[in-house]
Amino acid sequence: MNAPVNSPKLYDCRDAFAATLERLATEDDTIVAVCNDSVGSSKLGGFKTKFPDRLVNVGIAEQNMVGVGAGLANGGRLPYVCGAAPFLTGRSLEQIKADICYSNANVKLVGISSGMAYGELGPTHHSIEDFAWTRVLPNLPVIAPCDRIETAAAVEWAASYSGPCFLRLSRVGVPDLLPEGHKFVLGKANLLREGSDVTLIANGTLTHRMMKAASILAERGINARVLNLATVRPIDEEAIIAAANETGAIVTAEEHSVFGGLGSAVAEVVVDHSPVPMRRLGVPGIFAPTGSAEFLLDEFGMAPSAIADAAQELIRRKKA
Amino acid sequence: MEISELERMARQIRLRDLRAVYEAGAGHIGGEMSVIDVLTALYFRVLRLWPDQPKNPERDRFVLSKGHTACALYVTLAKRGFIPEEEISTFLKPHSRLNGHPNCNKVPGVETNTGPLGHGLPVAVGMAKAAKLSGAGYHTYVVTGDGEMQEGSNWEAIMAAAQFKLDNLTLIIDHNRFQQGASLSETNDLAPLRPKLEAFAWDVTEIDGNNMHEVVPALEHRGDRPHCIVAHTNKGHGISFMQDTVDWHHKVPNKEQYEIAVAELSEALQ
Repeated sequence: MNAPVNSPKLYDCRDAFAATLERLATEDDTIVAVCNDSVGSSKLGGFKTKFPDRLVNVGIAEQNMVGVGAGLANGGRLPYVCGAAPFLTGRSLEQIKADICYSNANVKLVGISSGMAYGELGPTHHSIEDFAWTRVLPNLPVIAPCDRIETAAAVEWAASYSGPCFLRLSRVGVPDLLPEGHKFVLGKANLLREGSDVTLIANGTLTHRMMKAASILAERGINARVLNLATVRPIDEEAIIAAANETGAIVTAEEHSVFGGLGSAVAEVVVDHSPVPMRRLGVPGIFAPTGSAEFLLDEFGMAPSAIADAAQELIRRKKA
Repeated sequence: MEISELERMARQIRLRDLRAVYEAGAGHIGGEMSVIDVLTALYFRVLRLWPDQPKNPERDRFVLSKGHTACALYVTLAKRGFIPEEEISTFLKPHSRLNGHPNCNKVPGVETNTGPLGHGLPVAVGMAKAAKLSGAGYHTYVVTGDGEMQEGSNWEAIMAAAQFKLDNLTLIIDHNRFQQGASLSETNDLAPLRPKLEAFAWDVTEIDGNNMHEVVPALEHRGDRPHCIVAHTNKGHGISFMQDTVDWHHKVPNKEQYEIAVAELSEALQ
């Protein structure tokens, strides 16, 4: 599957989230949206108009928000608990651990504006630790869709999945990468581009940058495989091991710290099963400076050309 | 159950709890003794539940937010027929489902996992809100410790319960005046609790939480807003040398102390 990378139209994945949730809620009256005053930033305005009783706004109180979500699930409701990703995860991490994961409550956690979507607002509002915080918790699938199509598919999948999950959504515009009608399968990577020289693995807003990097590499005579790995946990070990064995080098890129995120998760599989050279691109363990998400991604070496350069350098380190 | 039968059951639960903590060599006996009258009244009089259908959607919900007093809940659940009584002897043993804090995925009758403080009330608010949304008739009860009310998450939930007009929610604060390290007044004195809850638009009832004649009607009270019962209790209630002593938060009696305690509780049973 060679997905389009030059699509001029960029989409805010929150719109796909909101439209899908409203459609699901029309069909299933147990669905409720829970939020922390974030009706606007979570794009829940339409939901509020259509289902005013089913929008549970707890005010600016994230710990309570997550606990209330667990209680709503206990009472037979299907809650989508929505809030800005840094506060939903960071402020409420113990509630996520005890009330949601350990209790195995059927709650869908939706982290909005993850990564560096709030770039200019500074590190308090960056959510570049949430993969690390959430993927270590048992019972919690961790999912970062790459485009509006995968976002809609994941939101729909979550309703049918019995158990908690964490959906990590961005507000940064991304082009379409997956075909219309794409069905989300938990723990399955999507092969977006075939290649045998190196594998580029990403999710969320980085997947389309990987596709652009692969195009640049192709111009340089290098065939890069591209995997979209929306599910960080449970991770697609099979696809990662195949990538290691068949291409001999792996580059990861993520809108997250290089510590504990997607790159770390891939590296854990690689080192256990098929060690090959890797390069993990991301925020290098610092509080990021001021700038838009796009600026910061470029700043930290994730412009498509920089990704291509990193891949090329890595290929030189491949085992003979 | 009538009041006299409830009082007798509470003493039996205290005796079994005492033995479990003594044999396991660990537990939180002080706070267990203080809360047992409330647990007994709930499980043997007030709560609508079906031990053979622990997930019946119409069951009343009970959350033990002060999860460290799990042993008292296990004994109560066993006496009520949710788990076998002989299983209490596995308390804290390797691979026992009866660990130091209750697990809803292993122990029937437990609604949500507690242990870290300040978690139960927000979850209970969600349970009560769910009933409002679905039209279910169940009532939700939650017990917190008084020291536990120092957790900010509780006050987030108190605000939400009032905003959502949850007249189907009852919070019982086990006000035994001691927390792990010292008295409440020496640590972060929340007393008096009544005006604080009233300021947040809750109904408040103050009772002697170790007097069944006051516990039962307070639990059965229904109003038009969320209800808080400030249950004035004694840490270590029923065992003379434990009462109102901070040491007995999680101290374990030695053989001599155990025998004295058994004798005192048994005498009260006769």
